[in-house]
This record gives sequence, structure tokens and C-alpha cells, in this order.
Amino acid sequence: MTQEDLVPPELRRNVLIAPVDWIYNLGRAGSVWPMMFGLACCAFEMIVTLTSRYDLARFGMEFMRASPRQTELMIVAGTITKKMAPQVVRLYDQMPEPKYVLAMGACAISGGPFKDGYSVVPGADKLLPVNVYVPGCPPRPESLLDAVLKLHQEIKGETIRTSPWYRKDVDREVPVPEYGPWGLVLPKGENSE
Amino acid sequence: MTAKETFDRLAEKFSQLGLAYLEGKDPAILVQADDLVELAQHLRDEEEYDYCSSITGVDYPDRFEVVYHLYSTKKEGGPVTLKVTADREDPKVPSVVSIWPGANWQEREVWDLMGIRFEGHPNLTRVLMWEGFKGHPLRKDFPGTEDEYAFS
Repeated sequence: MTQEDLVPPELRRNVLIAPVDWIYNLGRAGSVWPMMFGLACCAFEMIVTLTSRYDLARFGMEFMRASPRQTELMIVAGTITKKMAPQVVRLYDQMPEPKYVLAMGACAISGGPFKDGYSVVPGADKLLPVNVYVPGCPPRPESLLDAVLKLHQEIKGETIRTSPWYRKDVDREVPVPEYGPWGLVLPKGENSE
Repeated sequence: MTAKETFDRLAEKFSQLGLAYLEGKDPAILVQADDLVELAQHLRDEEEYDYCSSITGVDYPDRFEVVYHLYSTKKEGGPVTLKVTADREDPKVPSVVSIWPGANWQEREVWDLMGIRFEGHPNLTRVLMWEGFKGHPLRKDFPGTEDEYAFS
């Protein structure tokens, strides 16, 4: 069945028939708002990406929102220290669904040069589900723009039928780590005795 | 004024304290821990070294050492470097917060990361690591942290 069969002649040039996924994902990919959130030196490259020379707004990221409740993308720009890790996860949990995480730079990917240190989390993916990794120390703004386009690709490949944020049987909450005597520990669940 | 001249003047004035001159690229004055406050008071009031720019701890196999770098905002020269050794088992050094108030957080940092206790400090608590953390991470024998992560 083609568009000609479905649409009356007087509406043919005004109505677009498309899958729900296509229009849903197009709208979401075109307005991914990142959180105003930087941890270390990579944050400066992120800020430069927002300026007129690189202009992240071309890709629908008009604002860095200062509240996690208005954002869809967390750009983990910099080293996650163990002292900061609970706050990072708490911010992620406060973001509304659907939400994405972009690990920017060597430290956010793996801990970078501080991997073996006593104070640094070896990679954002130990704490959060990461969607896109951007290598570099720090990555240039072009790399971040490329990562944003990769994220758009990922969003456009999703389907509303299996998206986990509409399913009640999938728990998407990430446990907030706590400070322990020998490092970070996971919270004790109410049922674990 | 070179470090050697400063040392000679101090050694003459405090001949009873047994100061020692440590040669090297960055010469230093070795002070006994008990005499540190007296010497610091003299350096601030009489010699105008009113700025204690850094306090650091060093972990040697047989001892700890605390290093003070002093500068003056009123005259040229510096730094005057003071070194104090502390016992390996129970390191203790008198606090100089009463002389240079800026030493407060620096001494807390040395306590936090090296475990050197500063006696007479008004609030000797951790600065960088969280309360309840065991051990002092910049010691050479620190075993490393044991973390639990949600995804690993």
C-alpha cells in the first residue's frame, strides 16, 4: 500500500506517512539537551564546543541545562574521583528518561593516567551505562561533535516497542556508591541481610 | 642572601638548638621537632618570613620528614627551607598554625595523606579523603583501595 492509496488527493502534498519510530527518534535526536556538568579539564573542551566557532547548537543542543531534570545527555567530561562519584550517579538518577551518557576523554573512559591511583574511579562505565566513548586527552571539539553525531545515530536506531524506559519490568535506576573504609562500596539493599 | 648565609646567622643565634645545614640543589635547614615553633616564631617576627608557602610530607624508609618552604612578602630572597624528621612508627610534629594561620589546611592535608600528626593543631581532620577512610594513601606501604562497582 503506497502513500497515494492511503491519502486523499487533496491532502497528498501536505501529509507525510512515516513509521512512528522515525518521527519519534527524529524529534528526540534533534533536541538532546546536555547537562551543565564538567568534572575536570575536558570540561573546557566541552565549553569551547558550545561557542560559535564549533556551535553545538547546530545539532539541537541549544542549552546546557543547569538542572538534571531538564536534560537527556550527561557528558562525563573529566576525571571521576571517588569523592565525586556518589554525586555523579545521583545526578544521573535524577535525569528523566530517556537518558544517555557520553564518556569524554581518557579519564572518563578508563581512569586515564590516574587509573591506578587511590582516588580515581577507573572509568565512568563502572558507575553508569555509557553510550558513546570519545577518546582523547582531552578530545578536540571536533571529536565531541563526532560523538554527538554517533549518539544521534544510536537514537535513530532505537525503536519505541522495546525502549526500556516505557517498560515497567526493567529497573533502570543505578545504585549510588557510598564511602567505605577501604574505598567505594555499593549500598546495602533493604533485603540483603 | 643565600641559604648558607641565612643558616649561618640562625646557627649563631640558636647555637644551643643544634641546627644542621643540608647541602644540595635546594639547601635546607634541619630542625629538631621540639625547636620548630621557637625557630618559626623567630623567622616570622625578626627575619620577616611571613609567608609559609608549602608544607609537605616525605616518606623515607626509616623516617618521615616534613618540609616547610618560607618566603617573605617584605623582602627578596627565599625560600628558607626547614626540614623536620618524625618517627616512622608514631610520627608527630608540632603545629605551626599559631605562627602562620595558612598552615592550617596544609597540615591537615599532610595528616590526611601521610598520617603525620601535628600536635596543637586546632582541627586536625581529613581534608581530601572522606571521614571514616582507613589509612593514609600517600604512604609507600599503603595497600591500595578495594572498591565495589555496580558495573565491572
